[in-house]
Amino acid sequence: MSAELDLAARVVELTRRLAGPGAEAEVLAAHAAEALTRFANSAIHQNVADATTTVRLRLHLDGRTAGGSTTVTDAAGLQSLVERTIAASRLSPPDQAWPGLTPPTPLRSTPTFDEATAAAGPHERAERVRDFVRAAGGLETAGFCRTTYSSGGFANTAGQAVEGRAAEAAMDGIARLDGADGVARRAASRLAELDGAALGTRAAAKARAGGRPIELPPGRYEVVLEPTAVADILDNLASFGFNGKAFAQHQSFAELGAQQFDQAVTITDEPLGATLPFDLEGTPRGTLPLVGDGTTVAVSHDRTSAAEAGATSTGHAGVASRSWGPIAANLRLAPAPTPTGNSTPETGEGPTAASARALVSGMRRGLLITDFWYTRVLDQKSLVITGLTRNGVWLVEDGEVTAAVGNMRFTQSYPQALGPGAVLGVGAEAIALPDRWSGVRYTAPALHLKSWNLTGNASG
Amino acid sequence: MSVDHFDEAGTAVQAALDAGARYADARVMVRRTETMSARDGEVEDLSSDESAGIGVRALVGSSWGFYAVPDLSDAAARAAGRRAAEIAAASALVPGPAIDLVPTGAGTASWASQCEIDPLSVPLSVKGDLLVAATAAARDAGADLAEGIYQIWDTRKWFASSDGHRIDQHIRECGAGITASAYGDGEIQRRSWPSHRGQYGTRGWELVDELSLTDNAARMADEARALLTAPLCPSGETTLILGGEQLALQIHESVGHAIELDRILGWEAAFAGTSWLDLDQLGTLRYGSDLMNITIDPTIPGALGSFGYDDEGSPAVKRDAVRNGRWVGVLAGRDSAAMAGLDYAGSVRSDGWARLPMVRMTNVGLEPGPHTLDEIIAATDDGVLMDINRSWSIDDRRLNFQFGCEIGYEVKNGKRGRMLRNPTYTGIGPKFWQSMDMLSSETVAWGTPNCGKGQPGQIGHTGHPAAPARFTGVRVGVRG
Repeated sequence: MSAELDLAARVVELTRRLAGPGAEAEVLAAHAAEALTRFANSAIHQNVADATTTVRLRLHLDGRTAGGSTTVTDAAGLQSLVERTIAASRLSPPDQAWPGLTPPTPLRSTPTFDEATAAAGPHERAERVRDFVRAAGGLETAGFCRTTYSSGGFANTAGQAVEGRAAEAAMDGIARLDGADGVARRAASRLAELDGAALGTRAAAKARAGGRPIELPPGRYEVVLEPTAVADILDNLASFGFNGKAFAQHQSFAELGAQQFDQAVTITDEPLGATLPFDLEGTPRGTLPLVGDGTTVAVSHDRTSAAEAGATSTGHAGVASRSWGPIAANLRLAPAPTPTGNSTPETGEGPTAASARALVSGMRRGLLITDFWYTRVLDQKSLVITGLTRNGVWLVEDGEVTAAVGNMRFTQSYPQALGPGAVLGVGAEAIALPDRWSGVRYTAPALHLKSWNLTGNASG
Repeated sequence: MSVDHFDEAGTAVQAALDAGARYADARVMVRRTETMSARDGEVEDLSSDESAGIGVRALVGSSWGFYAVPDLSDAAARAAGRRAAEIAAASALVPGPAIDLVPTGAGTASWASQCEIDPLSVPLSVKGDLLVAATAAARDAGADLAEGIYQIWDTRKWFASSDGHRIDQHIRECGAGITASAYGDGEIQRRSWPSHRGQYGTRGWELVDELSLTDNAARMADEARALLTAPLCPSGETTLILGGEQLALQIHESVGHAIELDRILGWEAAFAGTSWLDLDQLGTLRYGSDLMNITIDPTIPGALGSFGYDDEGSPAVKRDAVRNGRWVGVLAGRDSAAMAGLDYAGSVRSDGWARLPMVRMTNVGLEPGPHTLDEIIAATDDGVLMDINRSWSIDDRRLNFQFGCEIGYEVKNGKRGRMLRNPTYTGIGPKFWQSMDMLSSETVAWGTPNCGKGQPGQIGHTGHPAAPARFTGVRVGVRG
């Protein structure tokens, strides 16, 4: 038994003792160690690490519910957590939506776990940063190299008891030249899979190809989106479309069984290996098909949204999922079947990532877009998003990149952009990409889309 | 304060120095938070959380390291100090320029935010009844979905540094808000009170009592439903009047972030972005019209970005950022200020003990003007009035922005006319601010409790005094 599962079990027993046998309690004890080495102006300027164990208790007592957490895990800290959660539950209004506890349920599988990544030190991260900076060949660079390790144990008064571990590594960096930025980023289950030099080379190639950008008028353009941009689409689909609470409240575009996407679109959530193998309610995680050949087949649920929607939990309970909804954090857009021998190696030449080259060569006139930035919802139901391009845009004519283009603003419905008949091509290689803000990750190929609504340029 | 943690902080600082640091500081923080949300007359979620730990920052040569643990024992503090120095030493593999720190006037001090009613002492049943009543009132008035939330933060912190700081602070923050949504054919309209995620400040529960959530719930529901059949905001270039709440976010995004010195120096280039501002133009660049006077002021009583000392020990001081339309000041930390050749810091904060202190907004606000909103409307022949933020997006240099608001109104011949739905506007920062030709005196210090920055991510609490204002030649009605 891990230290975390032992801790969770002790808090369950303490709660039972203090609140009485009728209490329904669930406890997650999670140890999280995150280390992030950040660089800017081609030097490491922020280098941080923390290791924290947090105990979360949710208690349903006499029809009322309250939750609490603490990082103070000595006897007094745990006693305080239980006592104040009991007090909070007794003062809370009745909870009509309590979905009950997760019954004893085995984990679906034990994902692979890399001890070396979990134990990586600051020198190993700094070496990758050094390699990135050197490979950029004198261009100004910025970014981060990150390793994370988590170990969790869950127990509840219904008898569910599960534990697991996960580790992840990620690197994300830009190279800059005369106002043009190029980017390269990767996520991996093993730090050893991250090649700082390869990423620095790719970022620099993009920056060098981004000079003297032209300004294009707003309008609808055919586009090839590199995986880094596609990841933003997955992020917003997960947060606002496949969110079980939004679905239950009729705020999502999702209609189960409807052909809402092009038949080339298949999306799954694949959390195993990227995060703990169970959620905050102790529900085992597993691969969740969301869209199959263009048809929406599921949304992500915790126990509360599942009860409201007449479904079952998919293992997506989070710290605030009762308020903000259960959000899938590991979406994967399936790549096109790979023709034998068709994959091309990444190089240090030109602006196009290897994963997008075949799609670019098939575009008569349109834009190659590297990345999206600051995307925000204008209308949740239709998922109209506004945001900007970032880290490189190029004009493509007759399958060749002909000019760099200045960053542009777009205002676009994401489901509409991926709708039936709107996807002209899907890349053959799916790339694992870290979210730049949190620990989630997405896996995406490049996409060739018929239309993207660009609504502004550098002039406004 | 009955118990202090200066000993642990001092132990960590000394351990970092012993391990080779030439400067070190440590923050012990104990934070209690409480959040409740309600939906359609029922409490939806309630969480009460406690977090305590120590974060240590060490400067070895020209390289920083930071380490944090949730353990306040003497041994843990000592180990954290050593570990911070070790991490700093690893940073030297990819070194940067020499680092200096501008002086802060080191010393011993204690500070607490004002608080009439301790928000954590208000019974949960009272707080729950408020959200239940307000969301039920909105639901009863026709909202398809009524949501409410309050949040409370109670933070005690003890700061020690190798420069001799020993500063403790007790900061209590809280706020609340409600939202009514109405569902139409393929679209959702919503109205929020008093702002799109509520109003927040460094005050006690009296702030929430003043918001009159329940009294405004039915009106929010009525307006959300009316928006479903209101005409779309027209597309084109027009005169734009912004309400104070929306202008607060405009200030936050297009001024506050742009004047962060770490962004200007390129320290955030890969993520949050840089700034269109160039230090060579500090003191001469025209940012906006003569009406534009922006201050950095962490001394405003009750505003969300207020404190006694920042998280490097610099005392709260009011400074100009923009004076009569010219850019004259930045948000700075001790190292960034020294690198830029400036002699002031004071804007560094961390989101708890486990996060590295970094340059953050405090209260960045627009000084009031000579008019009222009614006078501005009366002086406008043809335009659009928008208020209450619905969406926000701006580029990584803080120039190209697009905002959506919950509600708009036609303004014709000096009068407020029809309600308009899905109002949006877009523009380029300095061009927009230079077009500001009327400014109200009706200032409110709006609180923004969700400012994201940094890697690992940090959530900052910022304040933005703002009043309604008028802008000319603005592109509105951008649609997908």
